[in-house]
Amino acid sequence: MAAKKTTKKTNASAEELKAYYRDMLLIRRFEEKAGQLYGMGLIGGFCHLYIGQEAVVVGLEAAAEEGDKRITSYRDHGHMLACGMDPNGVMAELTGREGGYSKGKGGSMHMFSKEKHFYGGHGIVAAQVPLGAGLAFADKYKDNGRVTFTYFGDGAANQGQVYETFNMAALWGLPCIFVIENNQYAMGTSQQRSTSSAEIWERGKAFGIPGEAVDGMDVLAVKSAGETAVAHCRAGKGPYILEIKTYRYRGHSMSDPAKYRTREEVQKMRDERDPIEAVRTLLLDGKHATEDDLKAIDKEIKKIVNESADFAKESPEPHLDELWTDIYAEMEA
Amino acid sequence: MAIEILMPALSPTMEEGTLAKWMVKEGDTVSSGDIMAEIETDKATMEFEAVDEGVIGKILIADGTEGIKVNTAIAILLEDGESADDIDAAAPQKASAPVPVDKEQSSEDAPAAGMSHPEPQVDTTPDWPEGTKLKQQTVREALRDGMSEEMRRDDRVFLMGEEVAEYQGAYKISQGMLDEFGAKRVIDTPITEHGFAGIGVGAAFGGLRPIVEFMTFNFAMQAIDHIINSAAKTLYMSGGQMGAPMVFRGPNGAAARVGAQHSQDYAAWYMQIPGLKVAMPYSASDYKGLMKTAIRDPNPVIFLENEILYGRSFDVPDLDDYTVPFGKARIWREGGDVTIVSFGIGMSYALEAADRLAEEGINAEVIDLRTLRPMDTGAILKSVMKTNRLVTVEEGWPQGSVGNYISSVVMQEAFDYLDAPVINCTGKDVPMPYAANLEKHALLTTDEVIAAVKKVTYK
Repeated sequence: MAAKKTTKKTNASAEELKAYYRDMLLIRRFEEKAGQLYGMGLIGGFCHLYIGQEAVVVGLEAAAEEGDKRITSYRDHGHMLACGMDPNGVMAELTGREGGYSKGKGGSMHMFSKEKHFYGGHGIVAAQVPLGAGLAFADKYKDNGRVTFTYFGDGAANQGQVYETFNMAALWGLPCIFVIENNQYAMGTSQQRSTSSAEIWERGKAFGIPGEAVDGMDVLAVKSAGETAVAHCRAGKGPYILEIKTYRYRGHSMSDPAKYRTREEVQKMRDERDPIEAVRTLLLDGKHATEDDLKAIDKEIKKIVNESADFAKESPEPHLDELWTDIYAEMEA
Repeated sequence: MAIEILMPALSPTMEEGTLAKWMVKEGDTVSSGDIMAEIETDKATMEFEAVDEGVIGKILIADGTEGIKVNTAIAILLEDGESADDIDAAAPQKASAPVPVDKEQSSEDAPAAGMSHPEPQVDTTPDWPEGTKLKQQTVREALRDGMSEEMRRDDRVFLMGEEVAEYQGAYKISQGMLDEFGAKRVIDTPITEHGFAGIGVGAAFGGLRPIVEFMTFNFAMQAIDHIINSAAKTLYMSGGQMGAPMVFRGPNGAAARVGAQHSQDYAAWYMQIPGLKVAMPYSASDYKGLMKTAIRDPNPVIFLENEILYGRSFDVPDLDDYTVPFGKARIWREGGDVTIVSFGIGMSYALEAADRLAEEGINAEVIDLRTLRPMDTGAILKSVMKTNRLVTVEEGWPQGSVGNYISSVVMQEAFDYLDAPVINCTGKDVPMPYAANLEKHALLTTDEVIAAVKKVTYK
């Protein structure tokens, strides 16, 4: 956790802090519930949980404006909740039901929302990187002032297409924020064993792309770095890289026994660097909220998450006719 | 209310497992994230964490028990204020089980494999009205005109690829387009197929209508993940919310003396992918009309061109807005003795063979498919029902060829009409050699088409 940027002083209002607490807690509780439903056999296939990384998306969404776009990998539940997608629709997609965002046809790794400018949910490691630059290309072409948050992991950072994309994004000045969510393990391989550079963001220097490392367990540090990156892109200065040092508490996917790291390493991170606990402490120590205020938020989140699970169980499986729809779009009239 | 802790599914394929070891005992307090037990799945030993907070009231399955089915109750968790004595008194809250799939439900749209052979519905309207003024144009010029007309019509359309702008196109297809449309819409890319194909797909997601040129489709193998996984599948995976309206185009198949890595025909590969449309035209009018349709189509289109055809001239209708619909074959020559089906450069062999066969009194009907997905199988079936004989012609490899697919359709839909086995004429089953004499033998020849026709007509 050699992150350069840590914010200890609070320049966020009580309302903002409470919102971050709430949004991060929603992701945490939602993911715990998803893990539970997976164990019950209600969610199948691959399911990659975001627990531990909540401050990354919540901090960056705090720096985004309406109309900005986001795209990510298959570890996507947190991004969807953070950009305002309906937990019911997300959970029902996980269970493969009609009420899911993709009508049950995409699953955990392939979800989209045109309304919330969320462009997936991509299952091929690093494929979302040129796709995200393409979204930014479209915005620059239209000259609409929008930026695209293109998220990928430390594992994806070793794919060739990332650097093909860095080259073109820099060459063409695309308004794209490359967000490297460095959770330190590419499935079961640590960064030390897979990556020649200690600081992945510095690879951008070869392309003339500025960037920085950020403490991803500190939502305020993430937000502040996000604002720098957004301002850079919106000013027409081209892409920006944020390497956000974070940590996932759970395995790579539900079927990962996580034997590549010690239980103590995970526990130490949970005890000492938990992003939700950090905001909770800021709220209580700064007298911005009482225990009762936070309990009320916990209760509200529990209700939302339980409702999403109920919805995801009750929503019917897609009609078999859905097998044959959405393969081709109809010609515009 | 007490909560039953159920045997979890801990991998995509796990149906049962072994409870290797309890890490908690009755009376222990657990909270979310605490490890309760080690469970052996079919792949690994996994730690099983608590989700809810409470006290372990009762352990129902002992350490070392094997073959425990997923969703079997393994322990009972007590919540605030409950005691173990309550367990027998109150029925624990049952976790809901997955809703079973109704296996009886069947799809009405499933393709029927029937034995009846209804008359196929075929669109036989001419491509242009009688009396339309025609002009001679090369395939190269027709392609450029098709793209340019659509770029004038829709400012979301842009062209990107290697050497398309300042160099005027590696094969001079985009000659003059940079001057007309400017560097914003005619974009030179670095040599980075995987990257620029992905950027093109992202731009299509973002509301533009990209034309992505590959200098040849051989190089598109570096980009095929974006063509298939990103472009073709997104509409389906998003439940219809977003897709990739765009064209991937460039020369495909053998040119001349460029060896194995630059000479592959990808028709059969792309034709296999649901979500893609695939055009492979032969004549200049089809290059133009199909390109305009491809650009307007709201789906990803693979447009397979041919370098040898670029310089050939054909009649092109002199119309303001000439388009050719997808999924409509063109009958180049009518005949009653045999049906020859081809597409792209294969049509050169098919038409030459038909000319020579006519001299021997064999009248071949020659069909140009023009698009492979959708494929006008109706036109093939209708013709086979008349001629009772079929030869397919393509430059690609024999195993898993376009002709193989056509043969299966004809066998299922018109078996009773066939008087001879269908023959698929293809390129030879070898990488393309460089030596002039070997290359000639590796490619399809008109003589082979003629021999195949004679075989199916028993001449």
